[in-house]
Amino acid sequence: MATYQNIFTRVQVRGPIHSVPLPRGSAPRLGKGFFNHLLGRIGEAQVGPIYLGATGIGSLLFGFIAIEIIGFNMLASVNWSPIQFVRQLPWLALEPPAPKYGLHIPPLAEGGWWIFAGFFLTVSILLWWARMYRRARALGLGTHTPWAFAAAIWLYLVLGVIRPVLLGHWSEAVPFGVFPHLDWTASFSLRYGNLFYNPFHMLSIAFLYGSAVLFAMHGATILATSRFGAEREVEQIIDRGTAFERGALMWRWCIGFNASAESIHRWAWWFAVMVPLTGGIGILMTGTVVDNWFLWGVKHGFAPSYPLLTPHVTDPALTYGGPK
Amino acid sequence: MSFGLKIGGALAIVAGVFVASHFTLPPVISQQRGYRGHGDEILYLPKTLAQTRADNVSPPPEPAQDPAGQPASQVYQNLKVLGKIDANEFLRLMASIASWVAPVQGCTYCHNQDNLAYDSIYTKIVARRMLQMTEHINKDWKAHVGATGVTCYTCHRGQPVPTYVWFNAPPPAPATVGGFAETNQGKNLVSKVAVGSALPYDPLTTFLEQSNEIRVQPTQALPGTDNVSIKGADWTYALMMQMSNALGVNCNYCHATRAFRDWDQSPPQRVTAWYGIRMVRDLNNNYLDPLGKIFPPNRLGPLGDAPKVQCAVCHKGVYKPLFGVSLVKDYPEIGADGIVDLTANIGSLNDYKDKP
Repeated sequence: MATYQNIFTRVQVRGPIHSVPLPRGSAPRLGKGFFNHLLGRIGEAQVGPIYLGATGIGSLLFGFIAIEIIGFNMLASVNWSPIQFVRQLPWLALEPPAPKYGLHIPPLAEGGWWIFAGFFLTVSILLWWARMYRRARALGLGTHTPWAFAAAIWLYLVLGVIRPVLLGHWSEAVPFGVFPHLDWTASFSLRYGNLFYNPFHMLSIAFLYGSAVLFAMHGATILATSRFGAEREVEQIIDRGTAFERGALMWRWCIGFNASAESIHRWAWWFAVMVPLTGGIGILMTGTVVDNWFLWGVKHGFAPSYPLLTPHVTDPALTYGGPK
Repeated sequence: MSFGLKIGGALAIVAGVFVASHFTLPPVISQQRGYRGHGDEILYLPKTLAQTRADNVSPPPEPAQDPAGQPASQVYQNLKVLGKIDANEFLRLMASIASWVAPVQGCTYCHNQDNLAYDSIYTKIVARRMLQMTEHINKDWKAHVGATGVTCYTCHRGQPVPTYVWFNAPPPAPATVGGFAETNQGKNLVSKVAVGSALPYDPLTTFLEQSNEIRVQPTQALPGTDNVSIKGADWTYALMMQMSNALGVNCNYCHATRAFRDWDQSPPQRVTAWYGIRMVRDLNNNYLDPLGKIFPPNRLGPLGDAPKVQCAVCHKGVYKPLFGVSLVKDYPEIGADGIVDLTANIGSLNDYKDKP
């Protein structure tokens, strides 16, 4: 009997390459598929055959163009030095246009490339979404996965397109770069008076941490009950076996309530998609309807005030006759 | 050894090297400074504190001298800014300046050894201007330096060129890029000033030489008043990182970090820092930049500008330079009493070159 009592995957299924027939009109799959032991330790041992199709090929092509635009501009920013490109890669970025350009298309060298890269990347992501949707349909599945992906695309579009367009400035969007996009999040919060006081940011964080907790609870429950057959969890939705009963009992003992084998996956799906959905709303409201989140929190009475333990000071710029 | 153990061991070694090389190990001393419960703490590393203290010791003053009873201008020639002080005190100050600024090179770092009165070495002209600057700081910038004041040693620390002086930064890559590629954005490269981040690499020219607006946060909850971009916040952030690093403190030394702009919640140190920024602008524009005409080319920056000051030039990683020990009280002539002639022409290399 297989043993599941391990935090790493112990079972690798090796049979004939598993596949299903493609719908009429589909492009053929690429490759014949093979087994890989190392990949089998973290996931399925079977790799391929892969299906690309028109949307997949289009997505890869547009994505490749976007990465090339970003990469070559980064390379130009270190004067075409491959060594400096590798050394400084996390610092480099393709920057959105300056505020003075508004929503106009600036010269290529001053943000034009950023608009091109954003266009190609967006097309690539949308094509990938279409590909996910069509593959789900082709397999006769529900479309939960593409809609979850669409939630993430919503956040991406808010950051890069919808909010900048509403504010009338491409400069509000995020640079393409590792550290620079992280700096952008810090500067964004500083510019708009502390994003932690944005209720939708709070919700997004709660769903994010909640997702992590739910994932840990669910994963742990299934692993712990797998010796009784819980890895066949979907069957147990309608045919509860001892594995499910024991898992449910465990949670009822601990917290008095338990999700069902079906509802735990709805919990997980909703928590996950609510992270970018609420986050996107919070970003969208920033600058458009709220300019300073801390002051907004004060205005609506949820930002507490603390006693000041140091002497009170006033803004020296207001001092008459002093330096400005 | 099992496969899992090998992989786990390799990962542990990589993680260990990363942690050891990027993070500071405990202990960290935290000292609560504001109201409880919102992290208003000052942090110290006991390991580095001893070294920092040892590196920032104020030297003892030269022994006091009996007054000669006549001003230095009656005893020595070619005194432009120090003519009013007592002749014996003048000698004591000269000896002190030599030990503060050029202890290895000695008097001849500034003086022609054939005749100490000659203005034939550029450093002597610069030194006169620096004396005026010191006096100006102690007299007119009490809002920043208080009664502690500054002396040559505050910046120089026994070196002719103080550490952390800066120049206008040239674009990092030579301007041969051309073509259609993205032009220099002033950021997205390793920014030494902003503590190795990708923030703007020269916020100093923007804020400490030019007087661009530092404030980025809106003053009301709803839109309608402010139009500073997120990019503007990048520049302010970079300047503040320079400041934080120069003083060895975190943001909350001067700010209530939940509302950076709010003066009502700010510790008083923020007022001192505000005057400090204005002081540095004043010094760079009125004292240091004009010396670009006096300095030889090897003392100038890549764009031909004179060396300038930023917070770190005096502070050197300490919240108060030299931990607040004052030397000015032992040298009242460079203090706030107006003895150094602030308006005197400091002269030029040709003025006194060939005269006896």
